[in-house]
Formats: sequence, C-alpha cells, structure tokens
Amino acid sequence: MKDAFGIPQSLLVLGGTSEIALATVRRLVVRRTRTVWLAGRPSPGLESAATELRALGAEVRTLAFDALDPESHEAVLGKVFAEGDIDMVLLAFGILGDQAHDEREPVAAVRVAQTNYTGAVSAGLVSARALQTQGHGSLVVLSSVAGERARRADFIYGSSKAGLDVFAQGLGDALHGTGVHVMVVRPGFVRSRMTAGLEEAPLATTPEAVATAIELGLRRRSETVWVPGALRVVMSAVRHLPRALVRRLPL
Amino acid sequence: MSADTVPVTGWGRTSPTAARPIRLRSYEEAVAAVRGCGARGGIPRGLGRAYGDAAQNAGGAVFDMTALRRVHAIDAEGGTVLCDAGVSLHRLMQVLLPLGWFVPVAPGTRHVTVGGAIGADVHGNNHHVSGSFSRHVLSFELLTADGEIRTVRRGTPLFDATTGGMGLTGMILTATIRFQPVETSLMSVDTERARDLDDLMVRLTTGDRGYRYSVAWIDLLARGAATGRAVLTRGDHAPLEALRTPGRLAAGTRARRDPLAFRPPRFPAPPAFLPEGLVNRRTVGLFNELWYRKAPRARTGRLQRISAFFHPLDGVPHWNRIYGRGGVVQYQFVVGHGQEEALRRIVRRVSGRRCPSFLAVLKRFGDADPGWLSFPVPGWTLALDIPAGLPGLGTLLDELDEEVAAAGGRVHLAQDSRLRPDLLAAMYPRLDDFRALRAELDPRGVFTSDLSRRLTL
Ligand SMILES: Cc1cc2nc3c(=O)[nH]c(=O)nc-3n(C[C@H](O)[C@H](O)[C@H](O)COP(=O)(O)OP(=O)(O)OC[C@H]3O[C@@H](n4cnc5c(N)ncnc54)[C@H](O)[C@@H]3O)c2cc1C
Ligand SMILES: NC(=O)c1ccc[n+]([C@@H]2O[C@H](COP(=O)([O-])OP(=O)(O)OC[C@H]3O[C@@H](n4cnc5c(N)ncnc54)[C@H](OP(=O)(O)O)[C@@H]3O)[C@@H](O)[C@H]2O)c1
Repeated sequence: MKDAFGIPQSLLVLGGTSEIALATVRRLVVRRTRTVWLAGRPSPGLESAATELRALGAEVRTLAFDALDPESHEAVLGKVFAEGDIDMVLLAFGILGDQAHDEREPVAAVRVAQTNYTGAVSAGLVSARALQTQGHGSLVVLSSVAGERARRADFIYGSSKAGLDVFAQGLGDALHGTGVHVMVVRPGFVRSRMTAGLEEAPLATTPEAVATAIELGLRRRSETVWVPGALRVVMSAVRHLPRALVRRLPL
Repeated sequence: MSADTVPVTGWGRTSPTAARPIRLRSYEEAVAAVRGCGARGGIPRGLGRAYGDAAQNAGGAVFDMTALRRVHAIDAEGGTVLCDAGVSLHRLMQVLLPLGWFVPVAPGTRHVTVGGAIGADVHGNNHHVSGSFSRHVLSFELLTADGEIRTVRRGTPLFDATTGGMGLTGMILTATIRFQPVETSLMSVDTERARDLDDLMVRLTTGDRGYRYSVAWIDLLARGAATGRAVLTRGDHAPLEALRTPGRLAAGTRARRDPLAFRPPRFPAPPAFLPEGLVNRRTVGLFNELWYRKAPRARTGRLQRISAFFHPLDGVPHWNRIYGRGGVVQYQFVVGHGQEEALRRIVRRVSGRRCPSFLAVLKRFGDADPGWLSFPVPGWTLALDIPAGLPGLGTLLDELDEEVAAAGGRVHLAQDSRLRPDLLAAMYPRLDDFRALRAELDPRGVFTSDLSRRLTL
C-alpha cells in the first residue's frame, strides 16, 4: 500500500532500463519501496539494473515485456498482479526514433508510433484494470512536452506522445473515484541515453529531477507534472503561438 | 468500473482507496456479509475517526457498523451497559450522563464507536488512573471469519488480540462496558502554564497522581529557551457540592437546576473545499501563541462543561477540512519512563524543523493493558497533527520512528498512515502472536485492511 505521502511499497516498471525510471525507482526505494518488478526486453542492461537496485535493499525481479507485442501484455502483466498488489505502475518505455530517417522509411516511423502509443494503450489498459480491481494504485505515464505542439524536428515522436498524453488523461478521468490515480508526466529535454548526442534544448533537465518531480506529484496526487515546472507556463504560451512563428522557432 | 465502490479515507484524508461499503442493519446481515465478502475481504468501520488507513480496504468491502446502534440494557445501579458496537460514545454520553454515569475512557473525540474504541483500545486523559478502554470492557460478541459469533471474555487470548487488534480478528457486534459514576456533568479544572519541556515534565511527574484527568498542550513552534512550553489542564468530575459553593457557578446557571445535563455546542463546518496551505507556520504560530498567552499562569477549580474539557474540537464538524486536499498526518508515539532524553530530542527536532503543528498533546501513561497490539505502555506519549504536504515530513517521521524504536517505544496504529513495516516487530513484541492467531482464526484473510496490507499485520 502507498503511505500517506503516496510512496509505493511495490512498483512495476514498464521499460525497466529507462534512465528516468531507474532514477525514480532509486529515489522511491530509499524512501519505502521494497518490491520492484522491472519489465522490459531481456538484456544484460535489464539484469544489471536489477542488481543495482538490489544493492539498495529492494527485492527486484525482472520479466520479459515487449511494448510491440500487445497480444502478450494481458498474460505477462497478469502474472505480476497475481503475485500481489502493485502500488504503482511506471509506464516508461518509449523510443525517440530518427526523424529524418523515419520520414524516409515509414515502417520505421510506424515503429515509433507502435511503441510509444499503441504499446502504451495496451499496457495502460491492462494495468488500469488490474489496479482498479485492487481498488488502489498510481499509474504514472511518461509523456513529453513534444506532444504539446507539433515541431518540425520531431513530429513523428511528438505525435505518438500526443496520442499517449490524451489517452492517459482520458484514462485518468475514467478512473476518477475508483481509488486509482493516473499521473501524466511531461518532461522537457532530459539528459539520458535517449537524447545522447543531441543538441540540448533550453530548460534541459536530468533523470533525477524528473524523479523528484514524480515523488512530489505522488504526494500531491497530481494529475499532470511538468519537468522542470517552468515548462507549464512556457508551453501554455507556445501552445498559442501562430504556426508561422512556430515553424521558424529554433525549438 | 464497478459502480458500487466509493473512495474511502481515514480522518487524515490521506491515501484514498476504493471499497464497497456495506451498511449492516442486523446481525444476520453481518453474518451474511462476512460469509460472502469475496477475495479481498472486508474490514469493520465505525465513525472513521482513525487518522490513517485502519478502516479502509482497497478493492474489498468496508462494513459500516454505524447502523447497529442499539443500547440493549443499562444497569443503572452498577453502571454496566450492553450495547451494539456501532453506538457512538457521544450517544452513550447522552443516554447515561443523566443517569449519573460517564464513559470510563474518553478519547480526544467522542464521535467514535464502541467497536472503534475497542478495536484501537483507545486511551483518554485518565490513562494514568483508568488505563485504556479495554480495561472497562467485561465481554463482547465477536463475529469471526468462519461466520460464527463468539462470546469473548476478559482474560482470554482472543480478547487480548481483539482489544487493539484494529478489526482484524473479527467484527465486534455488541459489548458490555462498565461506566464510572459522576455526580454532575461539569469538570473541576486546574490550569497552569509550563515555561518549557523540563518544567512541564516535572509538573506532570509530581502532580498527575492528584488528578483523574491530565493533559498538556505543547507549543511545538516555540523555540530556544521556550522549547516545549505548554499549558497543563488537569481535573476531575465536579462533585454536586461544587455547584452549591457560592461564586463557582454564575447565578441562575442551568447546571444548578440540572447538574447532569449534556448539551454540547455545535458550530458550522468549514466549507468542503479549502485551499491547501491554510495551516502554515504563520497561522499555527499565531494560534499557539494566543493559546499560551490567554491561558492563566495558574488557576484552580474552574468549572467547565464535559464537552469543553474533553472535546473542544467536536463542536466543529469536519474540522479536518482545514488541512485542504493534502490532508493531515497524526503522529503519536510513547516512550517509557526513563526515556526522557529521547522525548527531549524528538521535541527539539520537531521544534527545530518548524513543523506547523497545532498544539501537540503530551501526557503520561499509567499501567498497560494486556491487548497484544494495544498502544499505551507506561511512559510519555506525544501526539501531533502535521499537514501531510509539509516538505520532508516523510523523512522526518522516519527518523523519529528510529528514535522511538531505539528507546523501546511505539507508535499508535489507529493514527498511523506511514510507518515503515520493518519497525513494527520491535515496537510491538506480541506481533508474532497476533499474526499466528490470525493465521489460525482467519486463514483466508477475510478481515483485511489497508493498514494490515501495508504493515503485514
Ligand atoms: C480528533 C481525534 C482525537 C482522537 N483522540 C484519541 C485519543 O485521545 N486516544 C486514542 O486512543 N485515540 C484517539 N483518536 C483515534 C480514535 O479514537 C480511534 O481511531 C478510534 O478507533 C476511532 O473510532 P471509530 O469508531 O471512528 O473507528 P474507525 O476509525 O472507523 O475504525 C478504527 C479501527 O477500529 C476497527 N473497528 C471499528 N469498528 C469495529 C467493530 N465493530 N469491530 C471490530 N473492529 C472495529 C476498524 O476496523 C479500525 O481498525 C482520535 C481521533 C481523532 C479524529
Ligand atoms: N530523455 C528525454 O529527453 C525524454 C523527454 C521526455 C519524455 N521522455 C520519455 O521518458 C521515457 C523514458 O525515457 P528515458 O529518457 O529514460 O530513455 P531510455 O533510457 O532510452 O529509456 C527508454 C526505455 O524504453 C524501453 N523500450 C523501448 N522500446 C521498447 C519495447 N518495444 N518494449 C519494451 N521496452 C522498450 C527501453 O528498453 P531497452 O533497454 O530494451 O531498449 C528503455 O527501457 C520515454 O517514454 C521517453 O519518451 C524522455
């Protein structure tokens, strides 16, 4: 069960090697979390993430999970929930793609959409149903500012996150009053593996900062979290800029 | 989404979870509900005054006991009462005060049920004289997980597991309780100020045995030399002759005509939605300062109504709303006599962190009662209300737990909403017995709560 501050005792990460997710788990393990499931594509990285968290005192298990295989989600995630309550699901998987390349190769673009959106719709619904049966839990969804306004540089990724964001918001409304809390997290540019080698955007932040914001959001039972917080204001301005201007902005 | 679940919280309004409320109107309905409660079990709920998650059960059933509220029999000579577990202490005061009997133990609110008072084995300001609630319970009827109703008497393991057992051994249906005789519904109260914590501890240690009721309100925002300054109120039920003593009661006061009257005042509730942050250092600091200043340095023999003496907050329904959406965490611990240094360290720590806590309550407990998970043990107990949204509160309380556990103390499970589970066994040495009894009595975990899940009780 979560405590009065929204800190979970048990946690399921979808996208178990995500740097943002792991920074979050480390933070929560230090506070309270004891049971961690890292779900992801089997890899040495997944196992070493588990080992690192065990050293912090958590009981960690890994399981094979592929966002691109929605047919399997029911069975794979069902096993986790059958073993005991999950207080928080962190939906962290996602790929950035390569905009220029993906524009030339639609199949690659579809992969971005299928991972970030279709895969999340499936895993999100499966998780939501299980949480609802328990009558409690938080579903934390890593969306992105890229979904707020289309940008020349990353609109394939951005559109997948826009879909994910609206999906998660709607799911939160559907689950209102059921004891399940859905929190949409919208980070800006985060220095992680995903953005390695890219030119930094203004207000760039770190996985640790996202983790801090998630912990605060859990305590407040927030529905939307921006990281850094200043992006809330910035993006509400950007959302209303004329398109002709946005096209020319160095975003 | 099943339409019949509703969000449920404790009095602190933290950690809402969804459950199916089942209002029980008869013992037959109770038996049927327990027999058919489903995989996630059920938990009895009284008036929901436990601050934390003791009377919540995510995904399962919450048995609303408050419709079972009959007072079956009163022995007006001997002062024993047989009543349903859903009867509130408020109701019992209304019924029994006019007959010259008062509840044996009154917690800080009278809006609790008999079932809740036994389940949390509540204490009052008379603990050093009268012990906790269970000391005055002669027997009760318990509906257990197998759907049977058992009569449980003092001195049996099931009695001791249930008193303080947080509803996890079964559902109390009725109880027989012994009341205490009183001549009036007024209290004769002495008030004094203590200038700091040490002064307060000396006054409590030397003076408590002269009073039936004793409690100190500490200003935890006071710092430096004033750390732990407090207002100490102690008293006893006023004898009839006190009302006749000239000058102690205003002329024509109703109490003289009707010495056992019980008419608590009622004020409007705060609005349902209040912004967070209303309870902050400035507002609390101001309140505490005024409270301290307006208290007399020393005054004896003032006559006060029972409601004003025991339950000043009960006049305002839903007062917990002042904490806004984020809710409030209550932290109550006890450390034994001889652990005064731990108490001092904790008070200094809380004061140093400038926690906006309205008047924390300090008192000295007397002898413990046998309940396995019953909270009171002889020593010092401090209770504080802190807005749950205070940054860093979780970590601060974790540190206090360490201090409390190291001093051989414990926290009150009825108030708890955040204890780290691994500290529980150190705090409650009979925990293993409790778990073993539950495993035998209720192998399927029919009686389950968010608290029991969180702490693996
Ligand atoms: C302002 C305030 C002041 C307080 N002061 C004190 C104090 O001075 N001393 C103190 O000890 N406590 C104090 N409390 C805590 C309160 O007295 C206890 O939490 C009490 O248990 C609440 O009773 P309730 O009927 O509201 O029960 P709930 O809060 O509904 O339930 C509390 C527990 O009792 C169990 N329970 C309820 N009914 C039954 C039943 N029929 N059979 C079996 N189990 C049952 C529940 O399962 C749960 O575990 C205070 C609380 C408030 C809000
Ligand atoms: N970094 C940023 O600037 C930023 C900004 C805003 C939002 N976000 C979002 O935050 C989330 C985490 O990002 P991050 O920065 O932590 O990046 P990251 O370290 O690259 O993490 C991405 C994760 O997604 C997993 N993944 C990718 N495809 C998958 C699939 N088909 N099935 C299962 N898992 C898959 C990866 O697993 P493998 O190890 O198997 O590849 C990895 O665990 C992502 O959703 C991202 O879109 C990131």
